[in-house]
Amino acid sequence: MSSDFAIDVRGLNKSFHGRRVVKDVALQVRPGEIFGFLGPNGSGKTTSIRMMCGLLTPDSGEGTCLGYDIVKEAALIKRQVGYMTQKFSYWEDLTIRENLDFIARVYGMNDRREAVDRALEDLGLSARANQLTGSLSGGWKQRLALAACLLHRPKLLLLDEPTAGVDPTARRDFWEELHRLAATGISVLVSTHYMDEAERCHKLAYIAYGKLLANGTAEEIVAAQGLHTWAVRGANLGGLTEALRAKPGVEQTVAFGSAIHASGKDEALLERSLREAASGFQIEPIETGLEDVFIYLMNRSEDNFGGAA
Amino acid sequence: MKAAIDGFCFSRWWSMVRKEFLQLRRDRVTFAMIVGLPIMQLILFGYAINTDPKHLPTAVVMADDSDLTRSLVSVMEQTGYFQITRTMPDEASAKEALRRGEVQFVLNIPADFTREVLRGHRPAVLLEADASDPSATGNSLAAVPSLVQQVAVRDLKGPYAALAGGQAPFDILPQRLYNPEGLTQVNIVPGLMGVILTMTMVMMTGLAITRERERGTMENLLATPVKPIEVMTGKIVPYIAIGLIQATLILVAALLIFSVPVHGSLTALYAAALIFIAANLSVGITLSSLAQNQLQAVQLAFFYFLPNILLSGFMFPFRGMPGWAQAIGSALPLTHFNRLIRGILLKGNGWGDLWTESWPMLLFAAIVMTVAVKFYRKTLD
Repeated sequence: MSSDFAIDVRGLNKSFHGRRVVKDVALQVRPGEIFGFLGPNGSGKTTSIRMMCGLLTPDSGEGTCLGYDIVKEAALIKRQVGYMTQKFSYWEDLTIRENLDFIARVYGMNDRREAVDRALEDLGLSARANQLTGSLSGGWKQRLALAACLLHRPKLLLLDEPTAGVDPTARRDFWEELHRLAATGISVLVSTHYMDEAERCHKLAYIAYGKLLANGTAEEIVAAQGLHTWAVRGANLGGLTEALRAKPGVEQTVAFGSAIHASGKDEALLERSLREAASGFQIEPIETGLEDVFIYLMNRSEDNFGGAA
Repeated sequence: MKAAIDGFCFSRWWSMVRKEFLQLRRDRVTFAMIVGLPIMQLILFGYAINTDPKHLPTAVVMADDSDLTRSLVSVMEQTGYFQITRTMPDEASAKEALRRGEVQFVLNIPADFTREVLRGHRPAVLLEADASDPSATGNSLAAVPSLVQQVAVRDLKGPYAALAGGQAPFDILPQRLYNPEGLTQVNIVPGLMGVILTMTMVMMTGLAITRERERGTMENLLATPVKPIEVMTGKIVPYIAIGLIQATLILVAALLIFSVPVHGSLTALYAAALIFIAANLSVGITLSSLAQNQLQAVQLAFFYFLPNILLSGFMFPFRGMPGWAQAIGSALPLTHFNRLIRGILLKGNGWGDLWTESWPMLLFAAIVMTVAVKFYRKTLD
């Protein structure tokens, strides 16, 4: 049963000061899967991740992480999980080697020296091992953090917005590394704001206002909403958005620079409205993208929760 | 408009002032300090501190009980400086009470005192003073010479009338024990060890855990298998070592530079220092559990530091303070450590005297540590 999953949690709830930030969240992550966790800021991603690795005790709910009970066996989970915090949380007044060495000692690794040397070599930081961590750039800090949380060979990685503030090249390298790790059987739960990253995940979950709104592969999530999308192109798109929004069947317009994506559930109505309102513009049906769906989900959830911000 | 951009703009300046007030109001600890510190200082300096201590506990060894000796004792009490708290059978037990710090003075009235006075032999009464803190005994001893005259004027009647008018019929010989030269530094320098240890221990441990929380590294620690008790005690150990190094530094300086004597056991002194350091570290850990950031930790440490300096008998005589201030002072580890270290260095106390002043420090540490553990957050909840 639950041992088939790296993470298998149901009905997680958590409140802070009387405000429910996570509502009945259920998640299942398979071994070797990269599971993307998406949602706007303050939607409960970090809180959910912290509950799964035992940093927070859920108010209610149950489940297992690597086969251990998330409430009763948090200590056992911590041994086999690598958790990368949203904010860089290694010691800037220690050298790179000292940081890795500390982590290796904390996890009681027998082959500490070799593990640290190997990690430094993999990072390409052997030459700078004795440099203070505080002097590293953002991208290097992120690579060090990943190396540090992989040091004790965890079976599950929980990464909380690992690529925030990292340049595109470093992000690409980072994701290639994640896929290499997943191929060796490590499960990864990664939260992100970037759509290109979402598309690189095997599975996705979308959370807003503490509630899980969608769950599945990218295709499944897109299909589940049953949205149809048209692209509107042309010069002076600026005033058009308002006009389109007023039309029946146009449930959402999103500006994408050179084009406006107009989406709606009723395909025929949407097409008719667009032909009327956007005459003189170039219009064509396109495939609904993840981003269109996520924006749709977020706006809808605002309606459902009375626009609570 | 241009002037507003280049020069001083009132509304811009006002927006800055407003922002500072808003932030200040949110920082509860700072706000409490703004109100709390002046009030605390006013109360402590205004009411608690008295550089002219009176009613100092005095033991009397009455080897000769007569009108004259009773009169002498009552005249002494009337000065307001001496309060006879005990009557001791012999000089040895009186001296023991002095060494333990139970009394400040011992008045030794020798046998045959009255007869010697009547014979005109001008006998002497020995007034031994615990002068380790010169400011505690200074005014009292200054009042002594006039005592003889007062006894003479008041009581030399009847059989003593023949003695009146002439030379003083007897002498009171003050003897300053433990700090015969009345050097302030002999008292202050040992006291400084406790003060410096309080300051560094409380401040450093106060910052230690707050720093981890402020920098976000606490979350990382909590996600690893490290247990809270391991984090806390692991953080304390380096500071114990630092504390012992500081204690040694001060001790060496006291001996070499300030010529403070060492009459008692050094190992007992280190044992006392260890207990004292433990008590201070427990305070530091508690403060760091309460404080939200490093600034607050420093402020709380200062708030703890102030009564320690003023009420522990470090700067001002403990016996000069009113009862409530003495009660607060008695709860503070520094008070007991000051008595211990002064006792060991100046009076030659040793292991035998350690316990009386140690258990209040240990009790203090136990209570404070309980609070710390209660407040320490195991998870991020």
